[in-house]
Amino acid sequence: MSPFIQQRLKHIIMYQYDQYDQNLVDERVEQYRDQTERYLAGDISDEEFLPLRLQNGLYIQRLAPMLRIAVPYGLMSSRQVRMIAQISRTFDKGYVHFTTRQNIQLNWPVVEEVPDILAELAKVEMHAIQTSGNCIRNTTTDELAGVALDEIEDPRPWCEIIRQWSTLHPEFAFLPRKFKIAVCGSEEDRAAFLLHDIGIQLIKNAQGEAGFRIYVGGGLGRTPVIASSIREFLPKEHLLTYLDAILRVYNRYGNRDNKYKARIKILVRAWTPAVFAERVDAEWQHLKDGPATLTGQEIERVKRFFSLPDYQLVDAETVEADVQVLAADNKGFSRWLDRNVSAQKQPGYAAVTLSLKPAGVAPGDVTDVQLEVIADLADRFSFGEIRTTHNQNIVLADVAKTELFSLWQQVKTAGLATPNIGTINDMICCPGGDYCSLANAKSIPVAEAIQRKFDDLDYVYDLGDITLNISGCMNACGHHHVGHIGILGVDKKGEEWYQIQLGGSAGKDAALGNVLGRSLSRDAVVDSIEIILDVYVENRLLEESFLSTYQRIGQAKFKERVYATVT
Amino acid sequence: MPQLLKDGSIVDNSWQLVSADSETVPEGNVLLSVRHWQGSRQTLSNHVGEIGLWLDSHEEIEPLADEIVDIPVIAINFPKFVDGRGFSAARLLRERYGYRGELRAIGQIIRDQLFLMQRCGFNAFQFSSEIDLAEASKSLCDFTDAYQVAVDQPEPLFKRRR
Repeated sequence: MSPFIQQRLKHIIMYQYDQYDQNLVDERVEQYRDQTERYLAGDISDEEFLPLRLQNGLYIQRLAPMLRIAVPYGLMSSRQVRMIAQISRTFDKGYVHFTTRQNIQLNWPVVEEVPDILAELAKVEMHAIQTSGNCIRNTTTDELAGVALDEIEDPRPWCEIIRQWSTLHPEFAFLPRKFKIAVCGSEEDRAAFLLHDIGIQLIKNAQGEAGFRIYVGGGLGRTPVIASSIREFLPKEHLLTYLDAILRVYNRYGNRDNKYKARIKILVRAWTPAVFAERVDAEWQHLKDGPATLTGQEIERVKRFFSLPDYQLVDAETVEADVQVLAADNKGFSRWLDRNVSAQKQPGYAAVTLSLKPAGVAPGDVTDVQLEVIADLADRFSFGEIRTTHNQNIVLADVAKTELFSLWQQVKTAGLATPNIGTINDMICCPGGDYCSLANAKSIPVAEAIQRKFDDLDYVYDLGDITLNISGCMNACGHHHVGHIGILGVDKKGEEWYQIQLGGSAGKDAALGNVLGRSLSRDAVVDSIEIILDVYVENRLLEESFLSTYQRIGQAKFKERVYATVT
Repeated sequence: MPQLLKDGSIVDNSWQLVSADSETVPEGNVLLSVRHWQGSRQTLSNHVGEIGLWLDSHEEIEPLADEIVDIPVIAINFPKFVDGRGFSAARLLRERYGYRGELRAIGQIIRDQLFLMQRCGFNAFQFSSEIDLAEASKSLCDFTDAYQVAVDQPEPLFKRRR
């Protein structure tokens, strides 16, 4: 091994609050404590309390309230994760759920105790602000931000700039409907940014300057739509004034009569993207170069919080060879390397995905003890940094490859090493009818039945990359429209049935799935998935993926076989 | 006389709202609907009392912008408290059209909106139900600072951090 040079860089892994940021979340806790007290005293009606509690993440669910905690762009420190573990023990049942918006949900908090939970969160620079309600929600991004091989620019500073702009924005707290923003900084899309109300893509123009391409009107739900570009290149300093212009046009002209027609996508479609772009541009002309225009100083200030860790320069080839020697002797390790470990742009380092999808556990659920193990592992292996993913897993980035074997052994003990990332068993799944009052059908038992059916790892690996997404109703929290295979729970005369869709995709080639045919019972759904996979295996060419095979041979072949067999 | 919050204090409300379908305009200080404003303002030259304007949440400011800068009171109606269009209307009046008079939020507003409304340029709040205005006024001070540019703070926090 060649000698390595220690770089002595002061490494800050994430944005750190100063007195202004801290004061704001502290005051938010007190504001909400007062609101809760007035509500419990009968001074605020249920109707009035609804948006107040929602904008602090509190839903009233089927069985109990649910509190959604913000994880801005999916980034957490080990200290924060330990606090979440402690909160889940003190105020809940000792487990939490990771969501498709990279946030965390507590399933069993008590309304009276929520202000205390928020106060605990504020101690570690966390909150639940705008995690629900008709306002600007948590901005999401790529879980490999800062380390992705194909990265154009680290999206996290931009997410933080947007977080601050959107937090308690005075004008946009009562929008027609919820509003979601995602930022993509890489060639490949790991943030599903084309399925957001605003999708922001970091790009370079012909002069090599970085800026943004702005998309609007994407989204899932009842009317799934892929976003349209409304500005090909927006120079960086104009980001916030342009966002203000989009939001103002939406706030003024979005539909407020029918909640199912209230998302920005409906307005964009009604006006056409070109007209919408003109309206935004006309508004922006008044705001452009105004006081909210970003300064180079501010951009640099925020960027400094996302400095690179203290990487050691290593002989990457030697390190890789050592890892392969270990893998050759150990099939479990080898599988984990294949599925759960991603390369990153810093030689000698890798990003490790901890699977929150072992069979028998609701996808995305983690216990308090596991959270503490994750925090310890992050301290030892990934500079104390933890990332949540929109696929409901956890990533530890910046792991030295020399430590991979050791990390694998410990992750395995914690039950987080199931080597199924990107496979059919790594499904996205909403909480469904077990928890959610909106759901038409349960989704967790479907996920579990599928995982039990496909428990042969060799078969699962042979299938390769497949996304299978399950939603318990058409609100599409489980992103069923964009799964290669999507399952949607529907209500038929009070009974739970399921519709299958094929051919969706959430990447830059975003596509919406096509409904296979009439809906099926829960048992028949699982059998149908097996048939669909059989059709794929029989028809694929060489290494062809499920999605490519589907696109080549079409829906009919799958449909015929499923409905010829399943009743 | 009914009361409202104005500039942080409790004051008597001396203005009557004239609904859009009203046949007549009463004497005294009146807030005219857009329909009355456009239709009968000229005929009100002998009106005893002052004339203001109220806008419903769906009514646009742009067509009226040139004629309203000098009027003493503009009220913006919130037919539901979750109808947030009035927040944008207020900012446009203050920031784009230079309106300096009283800007009043009326309708189904709730005290928990006061801090944000004030940031958007409202300086008067008339609640539809009788509430303890002194208590409600505390919500004007829910936060000591904010990230964004707004009517109350022309510089964003990022230019003011020390």
